[in-house]
Amino acid sequence: MIILTGNDLKTGDVVWWTGDGWSRHVGHAVFVGSGEEPGGAAEIMHREEAARAVNGPYEVEATDEGAGPVPSHIKERMRAAGPSVRLDLGVQAEG
Amino acid sequence: MYQYDEYDQKMVETRVAEFRDQVERRLSGDLTEDQFTPLRLMNGLYLQLHAYMLRVAVPYGTLSAAQMRMLAQIARKYDKGYGHFTTRQNIQYNWIQLKDAPDILADLATVEMHAIQTSGNCIRNISSDQFAGVAKDEVCDPRPYAELLRQWSSFHPEFSYLPRKFKFAVIASAEDRAAMRLHDIGIEMVRNDADELGAKFFAGGGMGRTPMIGPCVREFVPADALISYSEAILRVYNRYGRRDNKYKARIKILVHELGIEEFRRQVEAEFAHMHPLDLDPPRAELTRIQAFFAPPAYEPLPDGFDDSDPDFKLWADANLHPHKVPGYAAATISLKPVGGIPGDASAEQMDLIADLAARYSMDEVRVTHAQNLVLPNVRQADLYALWQELDAAGLAPANLDLASDIIACPGLDYCSLANARSIPIAQKLAQRLAPVERDLGELKIKISGCINACGHHHAGHIGILGVDRKGVENYQLLLGGSGAEDVSLAKITGPGFDENGIVDAVETVTNLYRKRREDGERFVDTYRRLGMDPFKEALYG
Ligand code: SF4
Repeated sequence: MIILTGNDLKTGDVVWWTGDGWSRHVGHAVFVGSGEEPGGAAEIMHREEAARAVNGPYEVEATDEGAGPVPSHIKERMRAAGPSVRLDLGVQAEG
Repeated sequence: MYQYDEYDQKMVETRVAEFRDQVERRLSGDLTEDQFTPLRLMNGLYLQLHAYMLRVAVPYGTLSAAQMRMLAQIARKYDKGYGHFTTRQNIQYNWIQLKDAPDILADLATVEMHAIQTSGNCIRNISSDQFAGVAKDEVCDPRPYAELLRQWSSFHPEFSYLPRKFKFAVIASAEDRAAMRLHDIGIEMVRNDADELGAKFFAGGGMGRTPMIGPCVREFVPADALISYSEAILRVYNRYGRRDNKYKARIKILVHELGIEEFRRQVEAEFAHMHPLDLDPPRAELTRIQAFFAPPAYEPLPDGFDDSDPDFKLWADANLHPHKVPGYAAATISLKPVGGIPGDASAEQMDLIADLAARYSMDEVRVTHAQNLVLPNVRQADLYALWQELDAAGLAPANLDLASDIIACPGLDYCSLANARSIPIAQKLAQRLAPVERDLGELKIKISGCINACGHHHAGHIGILGVDRKGVENYQLLLGGSGAEDVSLAKITGPGFDENGIVDAVETVTNLYRKRREDGERFVDTYRRLGMDPFKEALYG
């Protein structure tokens, strides 16, 4: 399944599409239809980027683990949490 | 140290104002990200895994105490309280906000620093020997030549859009402490039989996807022609470098494909055409620059100091380098505490190092390509007091060039290009090997999180390369590399290992070394004598 991510333009923070905005917490992300279908990923990304609500959005594979989506690839899990060698930094530090 | 003249200062300030305007236009939507990306990269601002990352240039790795203090202030004010010193002798901040970037560059400009040409297909920051100007074995101070190259290459219109990025290193001793032959152009300042100063030019070295050792292009270029010879090489590269294929666009591929004889012929033809045009800067300009690097006021002092404290002696034996002036030493501050993050320094540590540089090192700090710092001008009589202050701040690991002094790139913890994490591997290896590292002797372990090789894995006595195997981190082991004067490229042992397996594998090869070494042999010497087979046998059975 697909979730959407990008960076906040001003701060550079990693953000995830929640259905009505962007959150720093991947657990708030919603699954979206992929590709070009109406209301799907391409339309959302195009609209949100044009409004400068997000920078460089792209699709990420994720699974539903009950407590919210979990990105499939380690790189996206690292983006969602923060550096594994600095647990005091990033979203992971906020509990 | 070099001090900006009004042109240098004006150039940097003008660039800050220009970038401020570009950031405003991006934030207001006048510029798209596609339009803005090359502009921010020209100012060292990347978008990395967690946020924007700013890479600040440290020309030839030299900093004043005031500059180091500013780096600390930026870490504290705009980032999360630390910075990361890189294998290109620069510093990176990992958590920069776009809206702050112009203010950071303005702050840097107040101490004659910038982030220009730390990205993009241009001539990057010139690197050099961390002991330049104080090393006993140098034929001259290479920094004035590095500074001349810096000035020539800054905003050079002809070389702002090269086929790919371009890196210089300039050294002035036979011992290579800057991985000189693994640069696009490596320059070794030498003296000829008539005792004239000149430059030995190497070109086409590099790491990355296709590692190459740069062959010699010319044994002796008169020092006065350093710029025009560099320009001749750049012109040949700019004309014939492979712009059609990003992976073949570095000069090393051109040199390799043409062969060194043909490449040299073309460079010499270009040089013969250019040199008479009198494009080299006048001697007076070099003299002006050299004046900034005149030796500081050393006192006449005897050699020798009290090393009766055994902990201090460990540090002094490992981390001091001979100074050309009696009674002084160059002290390396290791940024490799066992279990720490190689190259990271907190704002408090940077402030302390600035303070120590002012008090003990005639105001100077150096950054090494091995991600450590150096106080180059310490009176031997002050070494013990210096060590005590470093030790109290966790800055006195006595491990220079030992197993826990590991080069590691940011890897998947920070870098969006990474395939695997580097830092946790460095941490685990340091913990595993630190208890035996004195017995192991000189051992250079270098780790990269992807094929781009920022962690110099090809040049490690033991190199580790992180790869992605179906979404799982995997690590290839390489043996036998060196970035020093005995330069060589490491070879892959065989199939890769997982995160714990790679630590065991490194221990396996170091154990074999301990069993099979002969008197005085370092790990890499034993490897070179025995060859790969016994190491493979020990690893894979
Ligand atoms: S080697 Fe790869 S992972 Fe490491 S810093 Fe360079 S680009 Fe990033």
